[in-house]
Amino acid sequence: MRRIGVDVGGTNTDAVLIEEGKVVRVVKAPTSEDVTTGILESLAKLGETGVLKEASGALKRIDGVMIGTTHFINAVVQRRHLTKVAALRLGLPASASLPPFCDWPEDLAALVRGGVWMVEGGHEYDGRPFMPLDEAEVTRAAREMQAAGLKSVGISSIFSPLDPSHERRAAELIAAEIPDASITCSSDLGRIGLLERENAGLLNAALADLARETIAAFERAIRDSGIAAPLFITQNDGTVAEASQARRLPVYSFASGATNSMRGAAYLSGLQDAMVIDVGGTTTDVGQLKHGFPREANSVVKVGGVRTLFRMPDLLSIGLGGGSHVSLDPLKVGPVSVGYRLLRDGIAFGGKQLTTTDIAIASGVLELGDRAKVAHLGAVTCQRVFDESARLAEEAVDSMKTEAGDVTLIAVGGGAFLVPEKMTGVSRVVHVEHGDCANAVGAAIAQVSGECDQIFRDLTRVDAIAAAQAIANDRAVAAGAARATLTTIESEDMPLAYMPGNSVRVRVRVVGDVAESWC
Amino acid sequence: MRGSFVSEAVPGYIDALQERSKRMALREITLDDIESLAVGAWVLGTGGGGSPYLGLLNMRQLYAEGYRVELMAVDDLLDDDWVAAVSNMGAPLVGQERLTDSRTIARAVDLMERHTGYRFRGIMALEIGGGNAIQPLMAAAHLKRPVIDADMMGRAYPEAQMTSVAVGDLVPYPLTTVDVRGLESVVDKVPTWKWMERVSRKICVEYGSIASTCKAPRSGAEVKKWAIHGTTTKSIAIGHAVREAQHRHEDPIAAILSVEPGKVLYRGKVVDVERRATEGFLRGRTRFDGMDDWRGAAMELAFQNEWIVAWLDGKPIAMSPDLICVLDSVSGEAVGTETIRYGQRVTVIALPPPPVFLTPKGLQHVGPRAFAYDIDFKSVFSA
Repeated sequence: MRRIGVDVGGTNTDAVLIEEGKVVRVVKAPTSEDVTTGILESLAKLGETGVLKEASGALKRIDGVMIGTTHFINAVVQRRHLTKVAALRLGLPASASLPPFCDWPEDLAALVRGGVWMVEGGHEYDGRPFMPLDEAEVTRAAREMQAAGLKSVGISSIFSPLDPSHERRAAELIAAEIPDASITCSSDLGRIGLLERENAGLLNAALADLARETIAAFERAIRDSGIAAPLFITQNDGTVAEASQARRLPVYSFASGATNSMRGAAYLSGLQDAMVIDVGGTTTDVGQLKHGFPREANSVVKVGGVRTLFRMPDLLSIGLGGGSHVSLDPLKVGPVSVGYRLLRDGIAFGGKQLTTTDIAIASGVLELGDRAKVAHLGAVTCQRVFDESARLAEEAVDSMKTEAGDVTLIAVGGGAFLVPEKMTGVSRVVHVEHGDCANAVGAAIAQVSGECDQIFRDLTRVDAIAAAQAIANDRAVAAGAARATLTTIESEDMPLAYMPGNSVRVRVRVVGDVAESWC
Repeated sequence: MRGSFVSEAVPGYIDALQERSKRMALREITLDDIESLAVGAWVLGTGGGGSPYLGLLNMRQLYAEGYRVELMAVDDLLDDDWVAAVSNMGAPLVGQERLTDSRTIARAVDLMERHTGYRFRGIMALEIGGGNAIQPLMAAAHLKRPVIDADMMGRAYPEAQMTSVAVGDLVPYPLTTVDVRGLESVVDKVPTWKWMERVSRKICVEYGSIASTCKAPRSGAEVKKWAIHGTTTKSIAIGHAVREAQHRHEDPIAAILSVEPGKVLYRGKVVDVERRATEGFLRGRTRFDGMDDWRGAAMELAFQNEWIVAWLDGKPIAMSPDLICVLDSVSGEAVGTETIRYGQRVTVIALPPPPVFLTPKGLQHVGPRAFAYDIDFKSVFSA
């Protein structure tokens, strides 16, 4: 297996080549405003090192280029490059007083809301139809969308994660009227909770044009680098989607950066269950690895002010990093940071702002910049700053623990020097080689996942979980995983009050390696 | 007296009405009040009652369309006024897909008026805890009647007989249930509150495990004697305190205790959650490890939809009808029994129960034995 992982961070775009489980080379290029240039540059740098060529001079076979990008979330947060969307909800007469977009921030709604149509349809919690799908109304809505010039459509339906048939049929009817429509069905985005699932679908539809252009640009960048390998985009949950699926479901790539660094930490340390502390330039993220994957947040996640139920890692971010401002009297570290201006504003680099990196240089922990410029910082002063940073890190680690007892902590990121070898509540601190590029490594090793979140009736708990697992397995295979490599990494069941017949909601997530046929 | 249906027939009614309009000041409920109500009602939900979020969204929509709701104090009711008591019944999960429609609850009230011939003076909540706190506001907006500042639980409870009016042995019928598709049912007569619970639950399941209901109408006299007064205002005050504290980055739990005579029972971290569904209830236990002053002390909470009993190091220290509220230690917002999870940092507080539940009859309905815990009730607040 030979893969290139690329992570587009706030400051640097890192690229890493992994061969047969080993990190061969890591390069960094500055992140460009258009993102793509930075990716091109990092791939070019990797090529310049010669690692992509055989001894004979021929290009090596690369199995995949896995890119972690912030393109899509930035578009939503910055309200740029968004497409107007037609929202179609199946479920009348229910839910009519809370139409699509009803809980969106007004500025974003104004950009995205192309029109709202609600028609009869949807299902009950037990799979009975709630109302028959009003096909004539769907077609009428499609004609109105066509007339309004809308080509991006988000379809939602009541209880569609249980039975997606109404959404699928409506998509067919719309495609018949608008052949070049980009259609997102909310059931493809899983999870029970109509408003949040619908919101995710509408955001996805709003990113349709951007996703098409971005993925095409990435593919061009890979081709222009002379690399013949398929493109994969890393997703929020530490897995990848092949390019065509990422083009169809860009919202799944929203928060992949933090996930990649945790996955990379697991890979570089060989540990599957541990806490991870990722110290960047401005912030420190703390999360927990379970079976090599980050534990997910279980609740509503707001993206650009919109409520969604995305699969996102459960992270605690604090304002501590390699660029954090330091003041000595009274002692304060962070949360303000010089960020990407570290090499200009830090004292060791001729600037005026004392940072944690200056302290590390003064105490000999880092060899960077001009040590003479920070020679006035004595050992006692440096220790006070390190102690304060350690205190902040300890507090963050403690808040993210899910059980009492000491944990193993993997320290990664460019600012990992702030994490001491001994910490309260931590049995062992693990620093790893290439830890500053853990996110690109995480991208390179990403797997493929499948999920099922559904209500089962009249099954024993064991049978219900098995049924959910089968569905999740099929979805993972459909997304490009090799069936033989699938393992269950999450299984959660919740009995449902007020429902008859032993109803139980089961959520199962499986992952596997990318199947050979995709490589 | 259930026969007379036009209050106008009562001698002196017009005089009383005029007298009332002189002293009575209906207070307009602002949208900001409703935002606070949603937060406060979730706290009073004591772990259950469902999230008020969708109800709040409905109210935002209604206020944006120009609808307004007024609040009326219980004392301003006439004895022979009729009051509708409303609630949404069903599985919170279904409510996340079939979203609350503000008009449905108004139809349940309308059906009750058609069935009984009464004209309701105002609308009150059955249950101030959780999402049901917003239901009367939605009905009131559409029907242009005031919300009566009271409910029948002072919190959330899982069953129909766990109300102040059931403690008072008031008649449990009739009851209307409607569904958004136009299904309408009336339960005209049942012998007991428990029967009402059983029959209405069956109807609800057939509807798809969600229904809007209007409970047995209550006379003004009954509301004055048996309802729990002032709970809408109380809920708004709690929510306001939490939101203000969040805004100022102050301790929201201290803020709650500054408006309510409650007690902090424990601060800790969730270490285990065990849930099971039996007889249509979500039952289970949550275990915590202590923090701050409670380091080394273990708490265990049992729930049946709502938090029922709290044990500290194996000793029961709080139980229904005392309100046990589990709050996020940082945000001050309530944590529900359906969503509480591993690792959450929480503060457990107790709030005093409505006096009606502290009588021997009240304890029969909602004391620990009503939930099958063989413990003698002792209030956190009696010491």
